[in-house]
Amino acid sequence: MEEMAYYPGCTLKTNAKEFEESLLRVFKKLGIRLKELNKWYCCGTVYSLATDNLMYRLAAIRNLIKVMEEGYDKVVVPCSICYNTLKQANLMARNDKEAMEKINSFMDEEPDYDGSVEVLHPLELLREKIDKLKGKLNGKYACYYGCLLLRPKEVAIDEYEMPTIMEKIVEALGGSVVNFPLKNECCGSYNVVSNKEAVIDRVYRIIMNARKNEAEAILTSCPLCHFNLKEMQNEIKKIHADFVDMPIYYFSQIIEEALE
Amino acid sequence: MARKRKEGRKKEEMKMVRIYIMGKEYKVPAGLTIMKAMEYAGYRYIRGAGCRAGFCGACATVYRKEGDYKLYADLACQTTVEDGMWLVQLPFTPANKATYDLEEIKLDDKTLVNFYPEIARCVSCNTCTKACPQELEVMDYIQACLRGDIKKAAELSFDCIQCGLCALRCPAEIAHYHVSQLARRLYGKYIAPKAKHLEKRVEEIKEGKFDKEMKEIMEKSIEELKEMYNSRYIEPEEEEIVVEAD
Amino acid sequence: MNLLEKVEELSGQNLYACYQCGRCSAGCPMVEQMDLLPNQVILLVIRGDQSVVEAKTPWICAECYQCFTRCPKEVDIAKIMEALRLIKLRKNIDYIKLGELKNLPQIALVAGARKYTG
Repeated sequence: MEEMAYYPGCTLKTNAKEFEESLLRVFKKLGIRLKELNKWYCCGTVYSLATDNLMYRLAAIRNLIKVMEEGYDKVVVPCSICYNTLKQANLMARNDKEAMEKINSFMDEEPDYDGSVEVLHPLELLREKIDKLKGKLNGKYACYYGCLLLRPKEVAIDEYEMPTIMEKIVEALGGSVVNFPLKNECCGSYNVVSNKEAVIDRVYRIIMNARKNEAEAILTSCPLCHFNLKEMQNEIKKIHADFVDMPIYYFSQIIEEALE
Repeated sequence: MARKRKEGRKKEEMKMVRIYIMGKEYKVPAGLTIMKAMEYAGYRYIRGAGCRAGFCGACATVYRKEGDYKLYADLACQTTVEDGMWLVQLPFTPANKATYDLEEIKLDDKTLVNFYPEIARCVSCNTCTKACPQELEVMDYIQACLRGDIKKAAELSFDCIQCGLCALRCPAEIAHYHVSQLARRLYGKYIAPKAKHLEKRVEEIKEGKFDKEMKEIMEKSIEELKEMYNSRYIEPEEEEIVVEAD
Repeated sequence: MNLLEKVEELSGQNLYACYQCGRCSAGCPMVEQMDLLPNQVILLVIRGDQSVVEAKTPWICAECYQCFTRCPKEVDIAKIMEALRLIKLRKNIDYIKLGELKNLPQIALVAGARKYTG
């Protein structure tokens, strides 16, 4: 069985356990063993954008060093936010020599890093294995990408304005997909800690947009999108009494269901 | 007079090193620990000293070596002075400590971040690990705390002596040693397998199984007690004490 | 250093590249929650108007990069928002009280800690 390094991130060990468990089983069925890194650290979630804030990129680089140290040249990162942060940090490692000199000299207890590891999202791997994805999936799905699988465009796993990677997988499995214009619009993300009303508003619009297009469930690969989309529904009901719950799944959950 | 001269000569032969205590230069004998060197220089510890054996964590110290940019952190009772060392004692670490009733805590993967949300500020810079005089993987146990892995956090932090150097060095302002103390307490109370023999013995004590023997001991004279103590049965040392799991 | 220079230094962006077409604001999913449009933020920074530092907009920005993706001049507006947040955070002025947050997933807590505390 092929083995690949796997970086779970904190939320796959807590709120998104069902994401991790289903994903590992799906990959096992496809003949790939995702081997969790022996040592890994919180990626820092959102990527730091200030030119001088290298401190906030240490965690991402340290994780990539662990991948290298544990003898792998690729790492699979299922959480959209972790994927984005590790991927952006890796691009910095490849392109910004000055920044990496500082980071390598600061992390003097670790070997130097130059961007040699490749950061992959499981959807990219599933796209390559699409021939093996056969099943009897029922239901109409809205595939929700959110932001961080697609933007900035340097890290996009698919066409960033018009992604179809999740739809192709659902269709291969026998399910149907719906048109979903808000599929790459932000759910409000970390505003949930400071400005929950904004997130409730965003989630309402996203779910209503999916429903108007006849979706029966929404699929995602981001534990923060999942939390916002799922948990804000109770809040939405307080504002819109006629709101009906929309099921939210990780893409791996429905793949597992379809493959069974 | 003759004796004094002899002592003087002996002192000259002793190798001395220069150290700077809070910026002031002193010459102290080489080979002393920082703690002894400070006392040699005339300082008296009121706080910041405890067991003098590397266990209590009271004598946190930070120092730099001549021509070295690194800031070292260690215990004054365990570190030997070096020529050109700049040092200061840190007898106390101001650190946020959560209050909790261990009996009332709801245990889940958010327990630690709910009590100490600042652990979410960890940037994985590893400064805490570099500062730890016990050579613990401090960054790793904070990361375990963040992801709610209480067992791992308890195991990795088991040898913490609460000196507070991690907390002083942390750019994210985390009080690591208080977080891991809570992790160990939760581990002990809710996760670690219970020692069945201990529970059994407590039950026996409650049932009064040893009351008669206790009464006999209480009535003995000091001489008899000494004799009993000296001739007591000592269990042979075991390689490993196996605790029976539930 | 004036406001524009500070923002340019922190963001690495040339704010004068912006010609106020408004595509950033048109695509911004959070815009209805904001008190200034993203393109207005750029305008005020260029004018050196300090009130922009107190505006809500930079704290509402969710770093989704929609603006950057659609900007015809490739101005990374998310970075400008980050610069404005950091002007406050680096003075030790936090936007949220971390201690008041309970039972949020780690992913939200870490993001909040990074974007809203200094």
